[in-house]
Amino acid sequence: MVPEELRYTEQHEWVARAGDDTVRVGITDYAQRQLGDVVFVQLPEVGRQVAEGDSVGEVESTKSVSDIYAPLAGEVVAVNEAVVTAPETINGDPYGDGWLVELRISDPASVDGLLDAAGYREKIGEV
Amino acid sequence: MSHQDTSHQDRSRPTPLHAVHVALGASMTDFAGWTMPLRYTSELAEHHAVRNAAGLFDLSHMGEIVLTGPGSAAALDHALVGNIGKLAVHRARYTMICDTDGGVLDDLIVYRTGQQEYLVVANAANTAVVLAALTERVAGFDTELRDATEDQALLAVQGPRAVDLLTPLTDADLGALKYYASVPTTVSGHPVLLARTGYTGEDGFELFCAPDDAEPLWNALRAAGGPQVPLPAGLACRDSLRLEAGMPLYGNELTRERTPFEAGLGRVVKFDKGDFVGRDALLARAEAGPRETLVGLVGRGRRAPRAGYPVVDPATGAPLGVVTSGAPSPTLGKPVAMAYVPVDRAEPGTELAVDVRGRQEPVDVVPLPFYRRES
Repeated sequence: MVPEELRYTEQHEWVARAGDDTVRVGITDYAQRQLGDVVFVQLPEVGRQVAEGDSVGEVESTKSVSDIYAPLAGEVVAVNEAVVTAPETINGDPYGDGWLVELRISDPASVDGLLDAAGYREKIGEV
Repeated sequence: MSHQDTSHQDRSRPTPLHAVHVALGASMTDFAGWTMPLRYTSELAEHHAVRNAAGLFDLSHMGEIVLTGPGSAAALDHALVGNIGKLAVHRARYTMICDTDGGVLDDLIVYRTGQQEYLVVANAANTAVVLAALTERVAGFDTELRDATEDQALLAVQGPRAVDLLTPLTDADLGALKYYASVPTTVSGHPVLLARTGYTGEDGFELFCAPDDAEPLWNALRAAGGPQVPLPAGLACRDSLRLEAGMPLYGNELTRERTPFEAGLGRVVKFDKGDFVGRDALLARAEAGPRETLVGLVGRGRRAPRAGYPVVDPATGAPLGVVTSGAPSPTLGKPVAMAYVPVDRAEPGTELAVDVRGRQEPVDVVPLPFYRRES
């Protein structure tokens, strides 16, 4: 499942525009299926400045652990505390209640440089 | 998210239950050359099903080697570290095959299926190694060795409800079938070797059967307890179950570079049975005592130690050892791990730390297993 309206990264994250200069970030359905049951999430502190590609947290399943990367440069303006207490939300609703962080991005146009749904589908071999 | 490659490998073999797994929508993975179900829906749900009710596993990837003939007992006593000749018919034993220097080649379960017949079950990843070593070692004995891996499927029903589920399907006296015993019988009309063994820390059974019988047997077992009992269970939960039960996994806790003594499994080595391959090296190790030993660790935080992470001194950060397996324990709700550490840091209650991706996480040494079922 790759929603048409979102943007994507090579690291299996989705990016949604939340405001003029803010985006919401989560991991894709493909990513949560690869991970298996998520049992622990670690998120960054609000206010942290991040560069594109910085590790801003971890998503841990029984089997493995993966970094959460900042898809774009900016500042962390919100984190989803609900997934910290209920990590399984990431498996159940990766594009909705399972969101991870919101960023105020330094360059609002940078979103356009990310993969679109077609590009991401191609990447994961889902045509 | 870092990318994880799950591209299908054409060389990997399907088990006789492949179509069943696909129909159930399992996530399949390549494991030791076999295409195996990793999970069906949720490995946590499967884990809890085994602990609380029952899970059904396809273990057809396991290697099966059959020895027959009057010299089979003596041959296995020579080839393996355990006391195989003294095993009663219909009983089974956990044992190991070691190299001449004492390094572990594999851990095995040996079932004595007749006065002159044994079934040796090897890990899938080691079947070829075990087969080659056994073939060489039994050459001078009056025994015939056969690789039965391809003509045997293996199913397992594990969990507290396993007995209830099997009882209506078989004439075998399950009450009389002890832990680490086996009996040839039928289940739902299909001939099986029914063994009370497993790798989950729960009561349960393993059923060796002909490949053609695997699917009807699977279906009969699935229908035995209602729609979700037993729940199909994949390799992911098998790993978390065995970790909680403190059971070693070859390639993690057991390797060619370590003897059974470091792993805390010196009791499987029987020096009083006469000569066997690896005896001299193992005797020397037993007398000297291991420098490192396998311990259980429980994390105080949420981040789990994983295989390969360094165990460090909490005060100085100096490396002490290495984690061999680790995961968030679904049953205990906290991280658990097994690790090799120096014997003077192995006492339960010792505070250590694990370098979890660049940050020290405090852990406590605890006795193994992490989980023990109520009997």
